Amino acid sequence: MTSTATTLVEFRGVEKRYAAEGRAAVTRLDLTVERGEFLTLLGPSGSGKTTTLMMLAGFEAPSSGEILLNGRSLADRPPYKRNMGVVFQNYALFPHMSVAENLAFPLGVRGNKGAAAKEKVDAALALVKLDGLGDRRTDALSGGQRQRVALARALIFEPDLVLMDEPLGALDRQLREHLQSEIKRIQRALGLTILYVTHDQSEALTLSDRIAVFADGAVQQIGSPEQIYARPANIFVAGFVGENNMLTGTVLANDGEQCTIILRGGQIVRAIAAGPLALGNDVVVTIRPEHVETGQHPSSCCNAFEAHIEELVYHGDHSRVRAELRGGDTLFIRTSSDEPPAVADRLPIGWCTDRCFAFPAAGIVEASTGDGP
Amino acid sequence: MIALVAPLLLFLLASFVLPVLLMLSRAVTDRELQAVWPASAAALRQWDGAGPPPDALAHSVAREMVAARRAGTLNRVANRLNYDMVGSRSLLYATAERLENGAPGNTVAALARIDPRWGQRDIWAAMRHADGPLTSHYLLAALDLRFDADDRVTRVPPEQAVFGNIYLRTFKISAVVALFCVFLGYPIAYMLASLPERKANPLLILVLLPFWTSALVRTAAWAVLLQTNGVVNNALLNIGLIDTPIQLIYNRLGVYIAMTHVLLPFLILPLYGVMKGISPTAMRAASSLGASPLRAFVKVYLPQTLPGVAAGAIIVFTLALGYYVTPALVGGGADQMISASIAFYTNQSLNWGMAAALSLLLLVPLLLMLFAGRTMARTVPA
Repeated sequence: MTSTATTLVEFRGVEKRYAAEGRAAVTRLDLTVERGEFLTLLGPSGSGKTTTLMMLAGFEAPSSGEILLNGRSLADRPPYKRNMGVVFQNYALFPHMSVAENLAFPLGVRGNKGAAAKEKVDAALALVKLDGLGDRRTDALSGGQRQRVALARALIFEPDLVLMDEPLGALDRQLREHLQSEIKRIQRALGLTILYVTHDQSEALTLSDRIAVFADGAVQQIGSPEQIYARPANIFVAGFVGENNMLTGTVLANDGEQCTIILRGGQIVRAIAAGPLALGNDVVVTIRPEHVETGQHPSSCCNAFEAHIEELVYHGDHSRVRAELRGGDTLFIRTSSDEPPAVADRLPIGWCTDRCFAFPAAGIVEASTGDGP
Repeated sequence: MIALVAPLLLFLLASFVLPVLLMLSRAVTDRELQAVWPASAAALRQWDGAGPPPDALAHSVAREMVAARRAGTLNRVANRLNYDMVGSRSLLYATAERLENGAPGNTVAALARIDPRWGQRDIWAAMRHADGPLTSHYLLAALDLRFDADDRVTRVPPEQAVFGNIYLRTFKISAVVALFCVFLGYPIAYMLASLPERKANPLLILVLLPFWTSALVRTAAWAVLLQTNGVVNNALLNIGLIDTPIQLIYNRLGVYIAMTHVLLPFLILPLYGVMKGISPTAMRAASSLGASPLRAFVKVYLPQTLPGVAAGAIIVFTLALGYYVTPALVGGGADQMISASIAFYTNQSLNWGMAAALSLLLLVPLLLMLFAGRTMARTVPA
């Protein structure tokens, strides 16, 4: 990974090991954050994404490697000289100060007081739509309001970039979705660079310009939400981002781009070869529920089978079908709610080759040992 | 709910609240003269106190004086009058003896011939003050004040004015001890609160350890350590820091050292509790917002710990106000606190009215402190 003129932050070979734990929290991390982008670190808990964020904020020191901001190493710069706004999951508001005092705090430490500071505080309150609540005590605010204050406080001193550590994790779903769009709106309006940590893949897909998928302390894949979703780099990403059916089989043929797989039930599947696959290798074939087509003539699909419908669950805007292939593989299918098939039916199904990926099966056991693309 | 609380409530009422109230009521009640000299008490109420005492009063006093001496109850009145007027006791006994031997005592003039002091107003004023059933005598005395013969509140002579100084000393010692505890306890509480629980718990036990020994034992241990040939002085001599032993005990320094040690846990524990409740990310947030560690501490951490500091300091201060054993064992004569005076009046001079008045004057500022502490804790959220 090389830095360019638009690069704001660069991680170079960063590792973090804790003496108490055997394994490294973060291994060989190379990552750049471009100016003005919304980059999300997505991964399960313990995958190293928060450690990465805390190293950038300065609360943790890398065991090796270095982190550059604007091309200069951050190694000797304490957190309070890094000029980064941090939004914490538990808000971390100062309970002994009013909302306005919380917002004025970063201005005060920079010697910015009086009328100019008050103007900025009012502008920040307006930005997060909390006008007139400056005199409130923070414990008199709702969870969503507190997070807005935390956001405003992290933005008010015009930091070089904003770090967000699962900022919406403590909120209910509706409020979370509302604040997601607020964050996106503010990011666009101010041209902010945001590094965002979450374990919620739908949040990552909604908000991000780019997503870095973390597992076991390493980046599995970096790319736009579309790339991550449509073209997962390994079996971990395929399983973690969005929903995927996973079928096991053996390689019959491989031309480097596409391969032919025989499933346990004897069905022949054409799939894109995602990784080096030799003849006779065990593989996992992935196909997303919404890419499985149903109906009498899924003729456009080269992978056509017959499935037995086990269960149908109505979801309003769609229905989910649990179907079984001959040989025992279970498959979830997303269908329109209008003409749902009946349970116990035999249903013709199929999917296109370019939606279907074959990953080395070794990846199932250790889903995340891959080094990314 | 009430049924569950009632047994303990009744027990507390009967064994604690009631006795305390009864004891404290002695600070303002005055029934000795009424009980022993009922006729004289009635006659005293007839007299306005401005003019000379009427002869009828003198007559009844003389009669009841003799009767009380025979019944062995004169002592009670004599003691009571002696609080007001020094010398009353001997005056009463000597006069009673003369009257019994046949000296006339039916008028003021006749009594004055036995002892000229009967011709002065002081003894009559003292009797009127002791007339009861309520009195301000003890409370005034506890404030180094008294009623003079003309019923004006005046200062007692300087050589008798002791309580003002003792109260001031008591408050000063308590305040200094509370201050020492804050300065010594704050860093310890901070350390305990920032350590992981696994490491903090054994250290917390060390803080609590002194609670498992009685204050008497701990104070005695300080006496061993601090005396002229004690461990501390010998160590200082051996490493050559001092040439002659320094006086560490039986003076104010010893009182401060021992009381601070005994009371320190009472500051550390509430402060630790408050510090535990402060989110550690608040400090990180302050740092990310540009505050240096010192500034983050002063602006963000310290203000949040103030309720704990106030709570701990008030507990230490109020406990110190009532300290008795420690100053008695490691302090000098000039380091005794008000509890020593209360104990003196309770156990030795048996002047329970005075003991109650001194206790009451200690209780009132204490309640004010607790009230102030509560108000403070309410304005600063924990």
